[in-house]
Amino acid sequence: MDWVNAVLQGVLLGGLYALFAAGLSLIFGVMRLVNIAHGDFIVLAAFLGLVVTTTLGMHPLAALAIVVPFMALLGYVLQRCILNQTLGNDILPPLLVTFGLSVIIQNGLLEIFTANPQKLSAGALETASIPLGGGLNAGVLPILTFAAAVAIIAFLQWIFYRTSLGRAFRAVSDNQDIAQLMGLNKSHIFGLAMALSMAVIAIAGIFLAVRTSFDPSVGPARLIFGFEAVIIGGLGNLWGTLIGGIILGVSQNIGAQINPGWQLLAGHIAFLIVLAVRPRGLFPRVDG
Amino acid sequence: MSTVLKLQNVSKAFGAVKVSDELSYELQSGEALGVIGPNGAGKTSMFNLITGALSPDAGSIWFNGVDVTGMSAAMRCRSGIARSFQIPQPFGAMTVFENALVAATHGAGLSKSQANEQCLVALEQTGLLAKANLLAGNLTLLERKRLELTRALCAKPKLLLLDEIAGGLTEKECHALVDTIKDIRSTGISIIWIEHIVHALLAVVDRLVVIDFGRKIAEGEPKAIMDSQQVKEIYMGIEVDG
Repeated sequence: MDWVNAVLQGVLLGGLYALFAAGLSLIFGVMRLVNIAHGDFIVLAAFLGLVVTTTLGMHPLAALAIVVPFMALLGYVLQRCILNQTLGNDILPPLLVTFGLSVIIQNGLLEIFTANPQKLSAGALETASIPLGGGLNAGVLPILTFAAAVAIIAFLQWIFYRTSLGRAFRAVSDNQDIAQLMGLNKSHIFGLAMALSMAVIAIAGIFLAVRTSFDPSVGPARLIFGFEAVIIGGLGNLWGTLIGGIILGVSQNIGAQINPGWQLLAGHIAFLIVLAVRPRGLFPRVDG
Repeated sequence: MSTVLKLQNVSKAFGAVKVSDELSYELQSGEALGVIGPNGAGKTSMFNLITGALSPDAGSIWFNGVDVTGMSAAMRCRSGIARSFQIPQPFGAMTVFENALVAATHGAGLSKSQANEQCLVALEQTGLLAKANLLAGNLTLLERKRLELTRALCAKPKLLLLDEIAGGLTEKECHALVDTIKDIRSTGISIIWIEHIVHALLAVVDRLVVIDFGRKIAEGEPKAIMDSQQVKEIYMGIEVDG
């Protein structure tokens, strides 16, 4: 039964990893930008949640109403003012600039909040669980996280394939020059994509902060989990990203079940196996 | 008649190669202008300059009385300039209808229902309606060329730029295309058409401009231009003795 439990908890943990990965996958899909600062933005959102909950006395989930729009706006401004200038035929400038942002965010947070671990308190929600029979329990918070991941991916999928904005994303992603001749303002579209990515980052940050303690240095590890989930699932496929997150979560929990020290190692090994066997991921996007 | 497009001494060079050399001409509202010239003469570059994909080194471009020389490509499309490409470049992973919708919603700024309507009309006009739900990447060359025209029409242009749209078509297809372009013209859209298939061009246009090495070497009534010795020498590559 311990093994069944490990798999169940791993699936739910996969929801959090999918949240880490969805925003990464989105902006890579739209503008081929690899955001090295992605994990640090997740941590930034977590600290923002901390400020909002402590100053306003709000529940962390209610704080989403402030953190999500703030991060989205930040994303739009960041894209228009900085990142758009780095995009071009060369893949190096965006990597360097986002790496620089990563360093700036980590040190900025360290300066303001010190290196002490912080945590958001969600009260009774943190310990609430639903008995599933046979000694199995599923925490309400992990279930909520997983549900949020599914809902967000469904929402992003809907935007991409059912709305005018989504067609603009896909058109720009396909051929920027032609898209501009069709009346699309590339800079604005990229700004909106980054805003959407940062909104997802905000949600990921809050769920992370409620689930575990965090400090300014934990961003890069979240980035790695996000990358692994995206690549396991297949680049450009959002549902694949969810599956990738689940595979990563399950592998980590099974590893931990074998030996508590093997948790992270097992996740990375699962990633390496997928990379070796299916380099394009399990569910690569099929281009027409 | 008002002037739709005015090029004033437009020059552009890539290194030593002049793709546009002091190029000037005007296009009147509702007029159809044909552009001919040898390969590499700068015809497509001229379209790139008009649509804003390239910016000129010197000179200015006026559209409907507004200087658009410094305007972005997206803004020029929204103000009414649309083009088709010689080598079709559809958004391959999107359906034919979605390709058209992008132009209608973003290029023409139409609302959802208006955009749907515009796309249906344009797809009907270009004969692609039956293929509307196919992925554009799966279309044949002829269909891709038609999609180029469809997308341009969906942007509700006042000025339509056609780049060798008749190339590679059979005689019958070419006739059908000429009829389609005549239809488009009858709705009041001004047209500039670059084409090597001269008889198709002559069936539609009022005036011809001949370009070589980025320079305008002749301009005028089509028949007179085609009969001129200068054009025969430079464009047709025919040696004409005394």
